[in-house]
Amino acid sequence: MSDGVRLLPCGDGALTVEFGRSIDEQVLARVEAFADALREAAQAGRPAGVHDIVQTFRSVTLRYDPLVLSFEELCSRVGEFLDAPPTGAPATDRRWRLPVCYGGAFGPDLADVAHATGRTPAQVCADHAATRYRVAMLGFLPGFAFMDGVSPYLRLPRRQDPRLRVPPGSVAIAGRLTAIYPWQSPGGWHLLGRCPLPLFDASRPAPALLAPGDRVRFAAIGVDQFEALSRRCAELGVDPREWADESAAEAP
Amino acid sequence: MSGVRVLAAGAMTSIQDLGRHGWRHLGVPASGVLDPEAMQIANRLVGNAVDAPVLETFDGGLHLRVEGGPIRLALAGSITAERRGAGGTAPVAPWRSHLLAEGDELRLLACTGARRCAIVAIAGIHVADHLGSASTYVRAGLGGLCGRNLEVGDLVPASAADRRQGERRLARPPEDGNDPIRIVAGPQDDHFTAAALARLTTEAYRVGIEADRMGLRLAGPALEHRDAASREIVSDATVPGSIQVPGNGQPIVLLADGQTAGGYPKIATVISADLAAIGTLRPGSTVRFAWVDVASAQAIVRVRAHQLRTLLDEIVGCGDEIAPEAVELQGANLAGDAVNALDPRTWSA
Repeated sequence: MSDGVRLLPCGDGALTVEFGRSIDEQVLARVEAFADALREAAQAGRPAGVHDIVQTFRSVTLRYDPLVLSFEELCSRVGEFLDAPPTGAPATDRRWRLPVCYGGAFGPDLADVAHATGRTPAQVCADHAATRYRVAMLGFLPGFAFMDGVSPYLRLPRRQDPRLRVPPGSVAIAGRLTAIYPWQSPGGWHLLGRCPLPLFDASRPAPALLAPGDRVRFAAIGVDQFEALSRRCAELGVDPREWADESAAEAP
Repeated sequence: MSGVRVLAAGAMTSIQDLGRHGWRHLGVPASGVLDPEAMQIANRLVGNAVDAPVLETFDGGLHLRVEGGPIRLALAGSITAERRGAGGTAPVAPWRSHLLAEGDELRLLACTGARRCAIVAIAGIHVADHLGSASTYVRAGLGGLCGRNLEVGDLVPASAADRRQGERRLARPPEDGNDPIRIVAGPQDDHFTAAALARLTTEAYRVGIEADRMGLRLAGPALEHRDAASREIVSDATVPGSIQVPGNGQPIVLLADGQTAGGYPKIATVISADLAAIGTLRPGSTVRFAWVDVASAQAIVRVRAHQLRTLLDEIVGCGDEIAPEAVELQGANLAGDAVNALDPRTWSA
């Protein structure tokens, strides 16, 4: 199983275990199995000195204290987890259906995306909302979930001129990925709409709404609903479970 | 309540500690001071735990007033400052503690060296933790005061100082060095031409004006990717010190608040011992790099940890002079460290 795996140093305090270079189901499964095994060991305090385990599409990066653990020691310690068999079971069975207000001021790139793909804006929204995505990794910004599985015809390269300020809540696509920007930030993805839910809230026991392995669909809402939900989130807070996808059982 | 009131906020002044670790898997960077050694020294000078939160600021401009009782504080960095109070105006030297009376003002004037970062440690500072750290991370509103940089009118709360405690100073303040910044190759050095790998350590790079706690953009001879396909990667994890190279060939060094993942190949990583030195450089400064391997970088970490312990142990009361034989002994130890830094036998005991 450890064939093709590369152990790459990131300076003196991190190790990247690379399983592949592209987004690929098999690579993702190996990443998940390895990260699961590592996290289980980390909960038991092994190996001592590791303080972050970051899973991506194709690699797992461990940050560690070089005063506790040398690079060589860590490389040999992770060796025992490389052959962790994929569990076969998804990391989580959580499913979400998250509200999105598409188009208008919230989706300034919708018309361009429709034009570039030869569809109507309504078709693009309907397709984007109905597709079931899988959260492959979190990163970039707190709570930013990279969701895989955009319909092949909707896979566009990033914008030529990235925006300096993408508004928080923006729902965007790039290549085979879709995401919701949790915070205002620069960004080069195509903005289709906006989601009113807080994706990261440090006061929640699990601050990030989404986790790797989660399945996500979207539900189109109108501007009025968006405003009402935004207000409710700001004033009362929301229980994220409200957005669990109840129709999961019969969905493919 | 006692503390220091912000009269002028200076540049990018924020509350930081050693950072928020263990949350990168959710996309949360560690944050924390850019110069952890300076922070620990400053905290020790005022009698705090070395990992207590401090104020981090850039260049001069920060102006504080003591409220509600005497406050003890210390500055770290190549910074000039002055205090103004009933007794008139007097300079405030870095690398020693000072007791300021209620109503006294402290004004940071200028960073005098190549580095533009200064730290203000305040005895008995109270700032709540947020996800395990008081470090401010503005983008997600975490830590510090309301998750943002300091603003005029803010009060940073701290216990009134104990007047009976004497002032302390660092026997030998560190100097801003100008040595090459050491880097470890990878994780994507194989995305670059051999010429680019050579150029990174033979040419000088200049720190651009886009420099903040997230990262530094450097400008210099372009670092070519091997081919068009090598200009991007499927996103993987970044760390503070990652040197990303986008398609234009101009490197970007990620720092404490840098994003946790990215799609540009990373030619090298700045070693942790040199991250403060590059991260606090003033825009316009010139930087040179030198390759080291991981084992050497890790030996350097051990040396630096030892040197920091020695520095902290050398903090003395003002007015107390170290006995000459002790200075000689410490001098000998440190000279030994410098000579044998890479010899593991030095650290085996």
